[in-house]
Amino acid sequence: MPLFREAGIVEDPWQKLGDDAAVPADGMVLVSFTRWREARAALLARRGPVGVALANTDPVEALASDISRLDLIVLHFPKFSDGRAYSQARLLRERLGYQGELRATGGVLQDQAPFMLRCGFDAFESDQKGFGEALAKARTLFSVVYQPTEDGRAPASLLRLGRRNVRTTV
Amino acid sequence: MPDTHFYRYDDYDRTLVAERVEQFRDQVRRRLSGELTEEQFKPLRLTNGLYLQLHAYMLRIAIPYGTLSSRQLRKLADIARKYDRGYGHFTTRQNLQLNWIKLEDAPDALAALAEVDMHAMQTSGNVIRNVTADHFAGAAIDEIEDPRIWCEIVRQWSTLHPEFSFLPRKFKIAVTGSPNDRAAVRVHDIGLRLWRNEQGEVGFEVIVGGGLGRTPMIGKTLREFLPKDELLAYLEATLRVYNRYGRRDNLYKARIKILVHEIGAEMMREDVEAEYAETKDGALRLPAETIEAIARQFAPPALPHRPAVVGAVEALKLEDRDFALWLKSNVSAHRLAGYRIVTASLKPAGAPPGDASSVQMEGMADIADAYSHGEIRVSHEQNLVFPHVAVEDLPAVWRALGRLGFAEANVGKITDIIACPGLDYCALANARSIPVAQSISNHFAGLARQHDIGDLKIKISGCINACGHHHVGHIGILGVDKNGVELYQISLGGDVDFGKTALGTILGPAVAADKVVEAVDALVATYLDARGEGERFVDTYRRIGAQPFKDRVYAAV
Repeated sequence: MPLFREAGIVEDPWQKLGDDAAVPADGMVLVSFTRWREARAALLARRGPVGVALANTDPVEALASDISRLDLIVLHFPKFSDGRAYSQARLLRERLGYQGELRATGGVLQDQAPFMLRCGFDAFESDQKGFGEALAKARTLFSVVYQPTEDGRAPASLLRLGRRNVRTTV
Repeated sequence: MPDTHFYRYDDYDRTLVAERVEQFRDQVRRRLSGELTEEQFKPLRLTNGLYLQLHAYMLRIAIPYGTLSSRQLRKLADIARKYDRGYGHFTTRQNLQLNWIKLEDAPDALAALAEVDMHAMQTSGNVIRNVTADHFAGAAIDEIEDPRIWCEIVRQWSTLHPEFSFLPRKFKIAVTGSPNDRAAVRVHDIGLRLWRNEQGEVGFEVIVGGGLGRTPMIGKTLREFLPKDELLAYLEATLRVYNRYGRRDNLYKARIKILVHEIGAEMMREDVEAEYAETKDGALRLPAETIEAIARQFAPPALPHRPAVVGAVEALKLEDRDFALWLKSNVSAHRLAGYRIVTASLKPAGAPPGDASSVQMEGMADIADAYSHGEIRVSHEQNLVFPHVAVEDLPAVWRALGRLGFAEANVGKITDIIACPGLDYCALANARSIPVAQSISNHFAGLARQHDIGDLKIKISGCINACGHHHVGHIGILGVDKNGVELYQISLGGDVDFGKTALGTILGPAVAADKVVEAVDALVATYLDARGEGERFVDTYRRIGAQPFKDRVYAAV
């Protein structure tokens, strides 16, 4: 499935590792949360970067102590209408301070992109026609927001007070 | 034209609503061209208020906290005329529904709404819905603080909330600022009740997990007292717990009430408090300046001193029995002695509850301009309210309402029926609601009899989704379908008054459509025979129990 960032379509350099496959010594590997829990030490001992793919029922809090060692976290939308991963995304970014790539996969459609960006996603797997063009415009589709989130945009309530800096700790 | 005395949009609000209209215009275009499937389009149209009903699209327009200016009401009349059939339906959620909208017209109708700072955002879909409030807010004699200030703060926070736009199910929040709850806060996903503690501070009781529908539940108090500036942090914590852990495997078990029920109020409280502990000192804490700036916009109009006792009013009361009855049932105390709150009944004998034509809406706007500082409220009982009417203007307002057909002296009485649209409009309904309401209304049309019967709330739903709130009617009527025949199940003893909130109990087997009036008549006759001094229908029922009612009903039908 094509992978998008706001700047456009990108190659996916990550290798998805099956739960039974041997851990390669280097390269960028993406593992399931189950595999991560079983093989955490071995994965962290490797030279190459590691990423984790979560189900939307997996507890993001379990990644807290390793958050700075992860370069990719993939969050899953089993259907576009199942919104659990939005909460996972905000918790990863805002509470756990995750800085790496945060990728949305599954039911990812252009009309969700403004919400996803506001929750901290920065990479998107989508096969919807026109997704890339829509994503490029999604951040500015609404020039006003009402909620403080990790995207740093000042909500209307702060702008009204003449303030622009938003501090989010959720 | 009078100034408005409630929240006025600024450029930020206007920009957001305008951009939302343009986004929806593009979404409609993509749907019409086939780029979007109906499945993909559905949540997009729903969160813009557009339902697909039995015969056509229905547009549900948000009337935040039930407050309208005369200018806005005229625009609604105009939109109903231009894009619909010249009438609209005020709902139990303080919204207005237009039943005959064309998909290709919907963006233009929304653009017209935006001209008067209104929208249809989040009136449907699995999102935080339009926030409701006490319809007497800002005028009620028993009010601690205007709940609409907080509704507006919640409205902004919940609008296009990026984390909570794909919840397990819809989410309804109601706020009351009075000890006499007129907003039914115990039967909402979250109910907020402002109260003053022993230290003299005003804060919220936070009630979570109430609701009607197919599994009616009374909400549990998660927090006895929440400081006001922490409201959004607490709401966000509650919504986050719900978004993460609410069930998504079964549409009928997806409301927060089921989560609260399944994990228990104690665990729900622990989860929410743990989440809240992490967020309460963050960006969601409301600065005092923000609260004050919004509160200032709800400052009541300057109401000059007017006499509390007026000779002409007293005289007309003696002369005209209908006026005297109207004063008793449709006119409520105002916080100022020289003023009253007037409820215009949208339930004239035999009419569909809550309907108003464009001409009637314009007439109501004129009355508001002349006598109520240009302000109108929509009540969840599907009536319209003028919040600030001088006592000496009451005869003029009554006559003007009479010309519109909205002066029926039946507020709170047996013909002030709440009914959902039912099978006449709704794709979900099992049975018709409006014709049942109409036949009860016709049967009990005499005002003297209605006033003798006294306060009696009949609520009718056309299916188990309970949009007509039948669970909390003194008499609840639920339409069911048995092998293609519409039958009606009767329940007794429901109530939404704070402290007395109760769900009705089913009386017995459902009755045929043409027997509903006889059944209600038998219920009323039982009450009239048994009632004690000062007892309302529901009081008598509580005292004597269901059996005497049951015996008489099933002997009659």
